[in-house]
Amino acid sequence: MSDDRLFLSTDQPPTEPAALVDDFTPGLITQANHHLCPGCGEPIAIRAAMEAIEELELAQSTITVFGIGCYTAFAHNLDVEVVQALHGRAPSVATGIKRMLPEGFVLTVQGDGDMVNEGLQEVLHAAARGENITCLLLNNGVFGETGGQMTTTTTLGQRTKTSIEGRDPHQHGHPILLSDLAATMDGSAYVARCAVNNAGNVARTKRYITRAYESQMAGAGFSLVEILTMCPTGWFVDTLDGPEYLQDTLAPVHNIGELKTP
Amino acid sequence: MSERVLIEGSEAMARAAVAAGCRFFTGYPMTPFTELLEHMAALLPEVNGVCMNAESELEAVGMAWGAATTGHLAATGSTGQGLSLMQESLSEITNARLPLVVFNMARGQGDYFQATRGGGHGDYRHIVLAPMDVPEAVELTQKAFAMAGQWRTPVMVLGDYYLGHTYQAVSVPPIHATAPELPDWALNGSTGGSGAAKIMSPLGGGIEGEEGFDLGAHYAACAEHIEAMATGVEPLIDAGFCDDAELVVAAYGSVGKFVRYACLRLRDAGHRVGYIRPITLWPFPSEAVHKAASGSAKVAAYEQNMGQMVDDVRLATMGSVPVEFIGGPSWDHSGFGIGPDINVPDISERILEALT
Repeated sequence: MSDDRLFLSTDQPPTEPAALVDDFTPGLITQANHHLCPGCGEPIAIRAAMEAIEELELAQSTITVFGIGCYTAFAHNLDVEVVQALHGRAPSVATGIKRMLPEGFVLTVQGDGDMVNEGLQEVLHAAARGENITCLLLNNGVFGETGGQMTTTTTLGQRTKTSIEGRDPHQHGHPILLSDLAATMDGSAYVARCAVNNAGNVARTKRYITRAYESQMAGAGFSLVEILTMCPTGWFVDTLDGPEYLQDTLAPVHNIGELKTP
Repeated sequence: MSERVLIEGSEAMARAAVAAGCRFFTGYPMTPFTELLEHMAALLPEVNGVCMNAESELEAVGMAWGAATTGHLAATGSTGQGLSLMQESLSEITNARLPLVVFNMARGQGDYFQATRGGGHGDYRHIVLAPMDVPEAVELTQKAFAMAGQWRTPVMVLGDYYLGHTYQAVSVPPIHATAPELPDWALNGSTGGSGAAKIMSPLGGGIEGEEGFDLGAHYAACAEHIEAMATGVEPLIDAGFCDDAELVVAAYGSVGKFVRYACLRLRDAGHRVGYIRPITLWPFPSEAVHKAASGSAKVAAYEQNMGQMVDDVRLATMGSVPVEFIGGPSWDHSGFGIGPDINVPDISERILEALT
């Protein structure tokens, strides 16, 4: 039997209109609404990226260069200056900006398809040049925007629309571990990998992003933060299973932690 | 005051670019573009500019794109081959309404369509200027930067091996240490946190879900801008002896200079030939071509390719006179577009054949 003192009845219309108690939208995100799927990790990563800009008081010197992917929806939803680049090409565009505005704070936002498939050459050369920019890699191991095909970061055995029985190294090759590669470059100053699949990892993500930004502001050279993000739609798992799938599928291969510090 | 010096075409163009206010240059070495990159690398640091030896043409055009968003005058370039790699970005840079000068030191004349048709995906055109020699290249290089800024669009200077490597006595403009003022649309981060931070995107501006964010409206505005350039950019042409010419010969660039000379000599010998040399290849000087051809019995197009500009000549003359193609591909073993057929006797012979 239900107890009216403990449970609110839900079969009655509300007696008064809903009231906004608090707005947790970060100051540099224009509106909380977005078109990304439920359970997507990218808005969490963008939120951390924007909060760190605000906290380090970089908002008025920031130019953010966006690649092409689901996260591109945020290009038109931020209160920092944005340049929209082509798929894979954000690091070179960011380079041109930074070279002409050395005092500015320059950031790229790219996915694994964008940065590691199409734009691998760009990001590695930017790292090797020690380009004093920060690149954020939102890595979910699939092409999310086009509906869940294999990227080069897809892990062995991971099922995608173009590796239906699971990624087979003999047919599909091996995943590229981008952060591990970037960390070997003499020009990179700060390289870290984190995830947004639980509260502890979200806090870690924010901490790593902040350190990357501080590294750029100190003029240390290239910085990269790879953020493992959930894509339940592209993984074909239930929304609530996303965080666990990330832990079981991506995290054992793309290891979380700081790979290089100044 | 301009200084008159004997100078290589590449260096003259580089000096003209920096004098025009260019402060960022990037490229990937490729013959016959390489020397332009080398001279920019030497000149730009002197004015606190930046020159970058990019990892590829893809990165070169990306870097130039980024530099252009800061409002500084930026340029890049390559040969037609390298320009093929840059086309994806050039299309998007056009839709993002960014000024950029692109030096295309082409190998021969096979890249006319690539230069004038908007060589990448999408629906766009660029202003294209084709100098015939070093003095004209100096003038058009400066004009290119002015037009890029005025129209907020990429402008291509289409040269070739001869233009890049010929030494000529030319007046080179003085280089000033102070750069031009930055335009008000330029990004520098300062509008962040204002509630209306700037966005520079080939997909248009505005906040998603709010008024002003509409891809269809943005592309419509891009189309209007292309139309405004097509009608607003002054068409440039060099023409001579057309008034009583039986045959008018059309040619562009370095090759056009040889054709012009051949016509001059044929005039001296009593042949009624005239010449037209389009300088703006886009917008094509169609009215001037139509007018120059109106009194003639025939128009002949001489290009060192399989016939590309001849299409624009035919569109300009609208069937009012027959248009014959008298050019053809011209290659030696080097592959650099040093057309062995660029000689006055050979060109004159083809003109005389067309005249009969």
